[in-house]
Amino acid sequence: MAIEVRIPTILRTYTDGAKQVEGSGSTLAELFSDLDQRHGGLRERLVDEKGLRRFVNVYLNDEDVRFISGLDTPVKDGDTVTVLPAVAGGSR
Amino acid sequence: MLTITRDLHDKIVAHARADHPDEACGVIAGPAGSDRPERFIAMMNAERSPTFYRFDSAEQFRVWREMDDNDEEPVVIYHSHTATEAYPSRTDISYASEPQAHYVLVSTREEDATEFRSYRILEGVVTEEPVTVVE
Repeated sequence: MAIEVRIPTILRTYTDGAKQVEGSGSTLAELFSDLDQRHGGLRERLVDEKGLRRFVNVYLNDEDVRFISGLDTPVKDGDTVTVLPAVAGGSR
Repeated sequence: MLTITRDLHDKIVAHARADHPDEACGVIAGPAGSDRPERFIAMMNAERSPTFYRFDSAEQFRVWREMDDNDEEPVVIYHSHTATEAYPSRTDISYASEPQAHYVLVSTREEDATEFRSYRILEGVVTEEPVTVVE
């Protein structure tokens, strides 16, 4: 068993086109570091020096991790983590 | 080129008018790979602002999961500008993250006319495209 990670279209360049990859770790931070081993550069699209990037939504099963513990959110085998770039913009 | 039905075009315009002066936003889903906008989905603007929009993250999750289950994708992503022209701003360009989508911009800055324009935004490059409205 592993943790299933669903990858949005725009980040599939890091996964050779795969819409889903697997990883392991006991927190989201560990999971992203683990993914980065096999998909170099992916982590940087998700995380910056302040934590989870502002306009990237990450969900643990169906909950936005910002409402759990952000990068410290515990994850376990059998969980599904979904990444969706935020849809946003404005007049400027 | 964006080909869209009169009905869907009018739904976007009506949504923008209804939410003015806040920016309105939404998606039109269509069968994956078809480039056909079919299913209108008005989204909540979580910013509720006259100068910024953002899809609510929980709503976006539900809608994106539903599209995935239906083998659909977002064909049109639309939002309105309420005091400026219907052209993608710097923030619109930097947050555009659905490479296959037609980014529709509507401007409600004039009371008696609504600008409706469409763009492709790929890797930071904006290309305006013609819009064909079909009955």
